[in-house]
Amino acid sequence: MNETRSPLQTVAIYAGALLILVWSGGPFIWQFSTSFQLDKMLTSGSPSLIPHPFTLEHYYNAFFEKQLHRYVWNSLVVSLATTFLCLFVGSLAAFALSRLNVKGRFGILMVILSVSMFPQIALVGPLYLVATNLGLLDTYTALIITYLALGLPLVTWVLFGYFETLPREIDEAARMDGVSVPGLLWRIILPMSLPSLVTTGLLAFITAWNEFLFALAFTSNIDRQTIPVGIANFTNLYYVPWGDIAAASAVVTVPLILLVLFFQRHIIEGLTQGGVKE
Amino acid sequence: MTAAATLPGAGRPRRLGRALPSAFWALILLTPAFVSLASVSFYPIVNGLYLSLTNTSLITQDQDFTGFANYVQLWGDPQFWNAWWHTLWFTTASTVLETVIGLGMALILCEAFKGRGLVRAAMLVPWAMPTVVTSKMFGWLFDGQNGIINYILLHAGLIDQNINWYGSTSTAMITIIIADVWKTTPFMALLLLTGLQTVPNSLIEAARMDGAKGWITFWHIRLPLLMPTLLIAGLFRALDAFRVFDLVYVLTGGGPADSTETLSTLSYKVLFSTLQFGYGSAVSTAMFITEGIIALVFVVYLIRQIRRAQ
Repeated sequence: MNETRSPLQTVAIYAGALLILVWSGGPFIWQFSTSFQLDKMLTSGSPSLIPHPFTLEHYYNAFFEKQLHRYVWNSLVVSLATTFLCLFVGSLAAFALSRLNVKGRFGILMVILSVSMFPQIALVGPLYLVATNLGLLDTYTALIITYLALGLPLVTWVLFGYFETLPREIDEAARMDGVSVPGLLWRIILPMSLPSLVTTGLLAFITAWNEFLFALAFTSNIDRQTIPVGIANFTNLYYVPWGDIAAASAVVTVPLILLVLFFQRHIIEGLTQGGVKE
Repeated sequence: MTAAATLPGAGRPRRLGRALPSAFWALILLTPAFVSLASVSFYPIVNGLYLSLTNTSLITQDQDFTGFANYVQLWGDPQFWNAWWHTLWFTTASTVLETVIGLGMALILCEAFKGRGLVRAAMLVPWAMPTVVTSKMFGWLFDGQNGIINYILLHAGLIDQNINWYGSTSTAMITIIIADVWKTTPFMALLLLTGLQTVPNSLIEAARMDGAKGWITFWHIRLPLLMPTLLIAGLFRALDAFRVFDLVYVLTGGGPADSTETLSTLSYKVLFSTLQFGYGSAVSTAMFITEGIIALVFVVYLIRQIRRAQ
C-alpha cells in the first residue's frame, strides 16, 4: 500500500506513531527519571528530565526504610507458586478439552471464561470468612489458592487455543505406539507447547504480581504483604514521598517490562488468538 | 493400548475400550480446574447471595436471616446510588474513549512504517505495569503542586493556575478516567489491530481501484468487518472497567467528598471498615446484577449485529 501514500499521509502516520510512543513510554520515563532526582529538585518548580544532581537516595530509602525487598520476596514466592500451579492445572484442563472428546467442551470453555468476568469484590467477602475460619489469613497459601483461580481461565483458554493448532495425527501415532493418555500430554503435547507455556506462564505471573484487592484484604503483616500493598502504603507522615515511590515503582516494574518486551510477540499472539479470531 | 489395558472394559470392542478411558481421563484431568473455580469463584458468589440476606456483622457477631432488609436499605441509600452512578459514568466514559482512541492507534499501526515493532512493544508497557504503580504514577504526574502535567499546561498557556486534579471534586473523576484510558487503550489497540489485519487487503485494494477514498473504505469496509471484534473487545473492557478498584482506592480512596466512590470501593469499605458483611454483600451482589445486565445488553446487540451481517 506504500505507493499510494501521499507525503502528507506519511507525515501523519509518523506523527501518530510518535504520539503512541510518547503515550506508552512517556509517563514511565518521567517516573524513572524522578526516582534519581533529589526532593528539592522535584519541588523546585522547574522540572528537568535529566536528573541533576543524580542521586540513589530514593532507592536507599525504599529498601532500608520501607523494606521493599521483603515485599518483593513475598511477591516472588506467591507469583512463582501461582504460575506453576496455573500451568499445571490449566494444561490438564486444556488438554482434556482439546484432545479427549469432552461433550459440550465449548460450553465448558465459555463457563470457565465467564468466571474471569465475575466482579472480584463479590468474591472477597465470603473468601475472607473462609480464610478466617481456616486460619489462612496472613498466609501465602490463601493468596496462592485465590490467584490460581484468577489466572486459570486465561491460562486454560490460551493453552486450549494452542493445543488445538497441534495436528491430531500426533495423537493417533502416539496411541498406535501404545502411549497412555497422561503420557501423550506429558511426553508429547507439553514439550511441543513450550513457547505457549512460557507466554501463559508469564500472563499468570503478571496477574499474581499485580493483584491488589485480595492481597489487601488477606494480609496485614509485612511478612506476607505483596508489592502492590507495600507500594500503596508508601506514605510519610507530612508529605508524599514521590521520589521513594518512583524508586519502588522502577524496581518492581522494570523487570516486568523487560520480560514483556522480550516475549512481546508471543504475548500478543497468545492473547489475541482466543479472544478475537473467530 | 496401555491406557485401555489397565482399565476395566479392555476386553470390549475397540471403539468402547477407547471411549471409556478417554471419558475417565477427561474427568480426572478437569477436576483440579473445576475444584479451583468452584471453591474460589462459584462458592463465594452463592455464599455472598446468602450473606446479603442476613445481618452478618463481624462486630456484633450477628448472623440472622433478615430476608430482603439489606436490599430495602440499599434502595434508599444515597451513598449506594452515588457510587452506582459514578461507576456507570466511569465505565461508559473510559470504554468509549478507549475504544475510539484504540481504534485510531490500531489504524496507524496497520500501516507499514519504520520502527513499528518498537511502537508495538512500547504499547505493552502500560498494560504490564501493576495498577497500583500506575495509580501512584498518576498521583505524581497530576500532583496539584509539582505535577508535570500542571507545569506543561501552565507553560503552554492552557491553564492560568495549577489545577488540584484529584484533590478537588470537579476534576477527581476525570483524572481517574485519564489514568484508566492511559493504561488500557494501548492494549485495546493491539486487540483491534489483530481484528483489522483479518480484513482482506484485496477488498480494500478493490475499493481503491473503484476510486474510493481512505475515509470511505474505512467507513464502508473496515469498520463493518471489524464490528464484531470491536463489540467483543468493548464488552470485555466495559466489564473490566465496571469493577475498577485499585486505581480509585490508591489514588483518591473514593474522595474527595465521595466524588470518586465506585461500587467496588464502597463495598470494600462496608465490608472491611465497618465489617458489615451482610450489607456489604448486598452491595456487591447488586453490583454483580448490574454487571450481568450490561453483559446481556452487549451480547444481545452483538448477536443482532452478527445476524444482520450474514
